[in-house]
Amino acid sequence: MAHMNAPRTMLAKIWDEHEILRHPSGPSLLYIDRDMIHEGSFHAFADLKRRGLKPRRPKQIFGVADHYVPTLGRTSKDAASPAIARMIDTFDENMEWGGVRHFGLSSRSQGIVHVVAPEQGITLPGLTIVCSDSHTSTQGALGAIAFGIGQSENAHVLATQTVWQLRPKTMRVTINGTLGQGVTAKDVMLALIAKIGAAGAGGHAIEFAGQVVRDMSIEGRLTLCNMSIEAAARFGMVAPDETTFAYVRGRNFAPNEQEWDAAVNHWRQLVSDADAVFDREVVLEGADIAPMVTWGTSPEDAVSIEGRVPDPSTFDNADKRKAATKSLEYMELAPGTELSGLKLDKVFIGSCTNSRIEDLRAAAAILKGRKAKIQAIVVPGSTQVKEQAEAEGIAAIFREAGFEWRDSGCSMCAAMNGDVVGPGERCASTSNRNFVGRQGPGARTHLVSPAMAAAAAITGCLTDVRRV
Amino acid sequence: MKAFTKETSTVVAVPGVNCDTDQIIPGRFLKADRAQGYGQFLFHDIRRDEAGELDPAFPLNREGAERSTILLVEDNFGCGSSREGAVYALVDHGIRAVIGPSFGDIFFNNALKNGLVPVRLSAEQCDGLADYLARFPDAEVTVDLENAQLVLPGNLRRHPIVIDAFARECILQGLDEIEMTFTYMEKIKAFETERMASHAWLAR
Ligand code: SF4
Repeated sequence: MAHMNAPRTMLAKIWDEHEILRHPSGPSLLYIDRDMIHEGSFHAFADLKRRGLKPRRPKQIFGVADHYVPTLGRTSKDAASPAIARMIDTFDENMEWGGVRHFGLSSRSQGIVHVVAPEQGITLPGLTIVCSDSHTSTQGALGAIAFGIGQSENAHVLATQTVWQLRPKTMRVTINGTLGQGVTAKDVMLALIAKIGAAGAGGHAIEFAGQVVRDMSIEGRLTLCNMSIEAAARFGMVAPDETTFAYVRGRNFAPNEQEWDAAVNHWRQLVSDADAVFDREVVLEGADIAPMVTWGTSPEDAVSIEGRVPDPSTFDNADKRKAATKSLEYMELAPGTELSGLKLDKVFIGSCTNSRIEDLRAAAAILKGRKAKIQAIVVPGSTQVKEQAEAEGIAAIFREAGFEWRDSGCSMCAAMNGDVVGPGERCASTSNRNFVGRQGPGARTHLVSPAMAAAAAITGCLTDVRRV
Repeated sequence: MKAFTKETSTVVAVPGVNCDTDQIIPGRFLKADRAQGYGQFLFHDIRRDEAGELDPAFPLNREGAERSTILLVEDNFGCGSSREGAVYALVDHGIRAVIGPSFGDIFFNNALKNGLVPVRLSAEQCDGLADYLARFPDAEVTVDLENAQLVLPGNLRRHPIVIDAFARECILQGLDEIEMTFTYMEKIKAFETERMASHAWLAR
């Protein structure tokens, strides 16, 4: 059929490969290769039990304890409260009950689910991957369809290894050229979301392309795809290439050496055809992007560190005017304030956005031989990242700079484990959401890259990393 | 899932663009067992003042608001975290439909799985409805899923409800999706066998 030869996007190719059938009314029944479970998935397990069902394909399910785990100690007894400890214990019980392979609190493979999955080779090109967590989009960085689902959908996946989904539209985000010194994947995403808005990619799957992306490490690509959900994208994806194959090879749950060549040959076919048409195109020039910082309570409220807090009265959209006014009240910021120099109370380096080894290296490079002026904590994205950082001497740099060197988990990103930013406190954070109360009731979050967070720690205020 | 055919109610307008799921239910309440009801956590922190008392100015705290089963919201409602607890909180509070210009995709899906109907209405029409409700707070709106119509009060025009036919069918009948998918199990297994033949490493 001529139709079959029409140029296709990577999204279409991977989607078609997983479509079991299409319902006459629209949605596809997609086969799900791998499902990731965390403590918050307990509703889905309760649902299965109520139905008298068990996970249908336990070998394609993987569990990781991350959202509620303590970062000071590695048993549920170290948890901040009995209710939090219960979440961790329930997770273990559910995993045992379901016969699901899992990396519990004391496992050396434990970590934040979206850090662990690529690290273990659970995330691979060409797969469909779900997890009941919105930042599952992270995992599309290896050339997979990866997306967050709710607990009802999760129960559906556990019971059937499938999910009903409408195919999203496609958006290609091309980042040309190269990034300037001190500019990272995090800054690219904040710049993109500031440009298109927090709802800007709603209903779309983003494919990141362009020279900046091709030159970027897997870790940077994971950061890009991670934050694509903050632009409301369904998925974030990067075409697999030599960088991807080199990253994946030899990992625990990846194809073995006998299977390798066939797998790579197949993965090479998955990239978007040269003349594939995307529903929307967005282009950024790498050289135009500066280190970014947020001033408000939505990731779209981002400007260059050289910028100022905007004046909401100059916005042309009435809803945005109202929202920005409320944000500034919450953030206790006046229009026109210079962001550089704004006093902080805390620094948090961590989360599935920016807690991989390269992130820690970038922060340590700034911190070396310097001291933090304010409370600062660093929470590695996984226990493996933690061990590697210790072996490389990075942990020592953080400690000498006065940072608290914690155990791995989600920690202060979502404040579910009891690691919180206090009411009214201002925190420079490498996480992904500056929502009202996200890091604790009344907490004020400024999203930045790891290097910017390190610079903020040593000066005690928001600081342009290029000037330290 | 509770079936939904038609719902008529007064409407509570909850202001704020990008109202994320952390606002709908703060993370610290997500540990709760569903059996205890999630309604008590709905908009927990934004409904209350600094002392933790219900803020009488918050729309949902106004007298009579507890009888409303329909919310009017702003752009990108339910963005952020995939927590289905946000939908549980709305449903357990008694909300059956949410009208707004756009919704977070995962929230939208979660809502449909729980019999909560998200209705997309253009920003201008939402503003028109909000203005009308400000003048006539007792006005009623009907979400008629059976006829895919949103019936607005006064001289505001009717509006078609656009939800994919599949989700609409499920929600109209209160269909259990897992049960329904089980009817395709043979196809799923055939597909799976073929996939595993070329991807043996997937299920090791
Ligand atoms: S680190 Fe934060 S964003 Fe990532 S999975 Fe954990 S809570 Fe979610």
